[in-house]
Amino acid sequence: MNKVTPTDHPFNSNITLEQISSLERASQRDNIGRAWYKFSRNPMSVVGLSLVVSLILLAIFAPYIAPYPKHAGPFTDFPNAKTPPGLDYLFGTDQIGRDVLSRIIFGLRSSLLMGVVVLVLVVPPGVMLGLLAGYFQDTWIDTVSMRITDIFLAVPPLILALAVASVLKPNLWNGMLAVSLMWWPWYARLVYGLTTTLRNESFVSAAEVAGASTWHILFREILPNTLSPILTKISIDIAWVIIIGSMLSFVGLGVQPPEPSLGTMIADGSRYLPDQWWISVFPALTIVLIVLGFNLMGDGVRDMFASEES
Amino acid sequence: MNDSKPLLDVKNLNVSFSVYGGKLCVLDGVNFFMYPGEKVGLVGETGCGKTTTMKAILRVLPTPPAIISSGSIHFDGKDIMGLKVDELLRVRGRGISMVFQDPTAALNPVFTIGEQFENVIKFSSSSGKSLTKKDIHQKAISALKEVSLADPERLLQSYPIQLSGGMRQRVCIGMALSTNPKLLIADEPGTSLDVTIQDQVLRLLRKLVEDYNTSVILITHTLGIVRETTNRVYVMYAGNMVEMAATHKLFLKPLHPYTKALISTVPRLTGGGITSGIPGRIPDYRNPPTGCRFHPRCPNVMDICSKEKPSVFNIEPDHGVACFLYKSDITNMKEKATKVQ
Repeated sequence: MNKVTPTDHPFNSNITLEQISSLERASQRDNIGRAWYKFSRNPMSVVGLSLVVSLILLAIFAPYIAPYPKHAGPFTDFPNAKTPPGLDYLFGTDQIGRDVLSRIIFGLRSSLLMGVVVLVLVVPPGVMLGLLAGYFQDTWIDTVSMRITDIFLAVPPLILALAVASVLKPNLWNGMLAVSLMWWPWYARLVYGLTTTLRNESFVSAAEVAGASTWHILFREILPNTLSPILTKISIDIAWVIIIGSMLSFVGLGVQPPEPSLGTMIADGSRYLPDQWWISVFPALTIVLIVLGFNLMGDGVRDMFASEES
Repeated sequence: MNDSKPLLDVKNLNVSFSVYGGKLCVLDGVNFFMYPGEKVGLVGETGCGKTTTMKAILRVLPTPPAIISSGSIHFDGKDIMGLKVDELLRVRGRGISMVFQDPTAALNPVFTIGEQFENVIKFSSSSGKSLTKKDIHQKAISALKEVSLADPERLLQSYPIQLSGGMRQRVCIGMALSTNPKLLIADEPGTSLDVTIQDQVLRLLRKLVEDYNTSVILITHTLGIVRETTNRVYVMYAGNMVEMAATHKLFLKPLHPYTKALISTVPRLTGGGITSGIPGRIPDYRNPPTGCRFHPRCPNVMDICSKEKPSVFNIEPDHGVACFLYKSDITNMKEKATKVQ
């Protein structure tokens, strides 16, 4: 057999390693450019992205941006309680005289942290489980993991989260845990569905035939093809997790006072509606902004991954 | 045929799929062999088990739902059915390559051609010595040049979606041959391409396997391709090998009624109307016909056909047929032989 090796081949190319990596870098730059082009084709996606970025920046630099950073902690100022929005207090003050704007800015921190931490906790195990169950479809791995998923999905999610949160000591971290417990089955389901289709694709057979290990097939052939739906779902789910987290603190099972949280602020302010409307309406509007920002950004992420052929 | 040991030897392979409502007996005692350097064609209509046979040989059928109930598969002296996982991966990586029907589906859409080449070459290299990035790159470049693709540097940075169908199939062939396999399985390599590109791809494939001295199994339902590219043919019907012959003999003197019908269904460029074809379709594998699986559609059906399964009668050393029409020929031949003695 005449084996073709790079050295004895008549068309042997003399490309250097530097040239290879510069070509690769150019192609990566090209990909980033294309992704941004697709994302930004819809101006609303850019609006969503800027909303999200500014909210994140606000949360990170809260101590420097908030007009009254002290008001985020244990603080009372009864003479100034229930001041309507004005120049001193842009969004007014609450029932014990704390600046609503400052507390909203600090409240963003726990809300966004909730969204990020829950998804960090939820996505890897959900994806792993769905991937394994989907690849080993119709085996005991599939049966066991998907039936457990079904059990979690059968319990109404809010009730599950409320039950878990009420059993544990109410605080931000246990609230996250409660939301995570109700959230992972959706990722398992999503990835399971995608994997059962992908495992029958020719390129998976082609990789098997070429001698790829199961590990390679799972993580290097199938998983990369599920990334775009997963990332799209994540970008939209963050908003939902934040809503659920705010809801938990609304009923007193999330962040505990005096720590600021949007849900607690709405709950506190709702007693003073409609006369002192600013105490609850501004935090509520902030939640609307967060959800809007993430949803618009999510649409952009979906467009970014949409294939150019369709 | 030569006297060396067969490269691939499949004996009495039975494969079924468990599905809702029963079991599909897709392969019913398939026998298949080939010698090193041979170019073997495998023909038959859609759904007759050609691809299933090849997937069973590589043990890539998902089990469940597939069940390999009996049979032995030997490749290059190794018992495929008894191999451990790492040995099996080595056979797949270095021994056997496969080119798929649809090159678009056979390439992973989210990786560049270069990344996929890298994987294929890595799988095929022995675990001990690791290839450098530059070695892999050069191997990929020379493989792409081998399949007559221009500008391989740029091609390696491209995604499959950026190439045309013909280019993708060339890439697949390049990948399959870059590992220098002993056996190449080409599963309808031209079917999804238009005829001129199909012609180019097949010429390329034929030239390369001759250059590399690779053995080939060509799966197709186009008889013209078989005639031009193979030296021995298996005809498959509903999970049975019904006829095996040297290519020229099969076209000169087809024996099995199914083979005759298959050859007569080829539309002719000279006109003369559409042929009568083969009435009916591949049987339901849940309840395959008893005896010979072809008997409900066979123009020469006899009483015995629905009762017994015909074994293979070897009319000539390189021409066997599984049909009771030739049972008498064989007995006559044997009688003659005894008389001569």
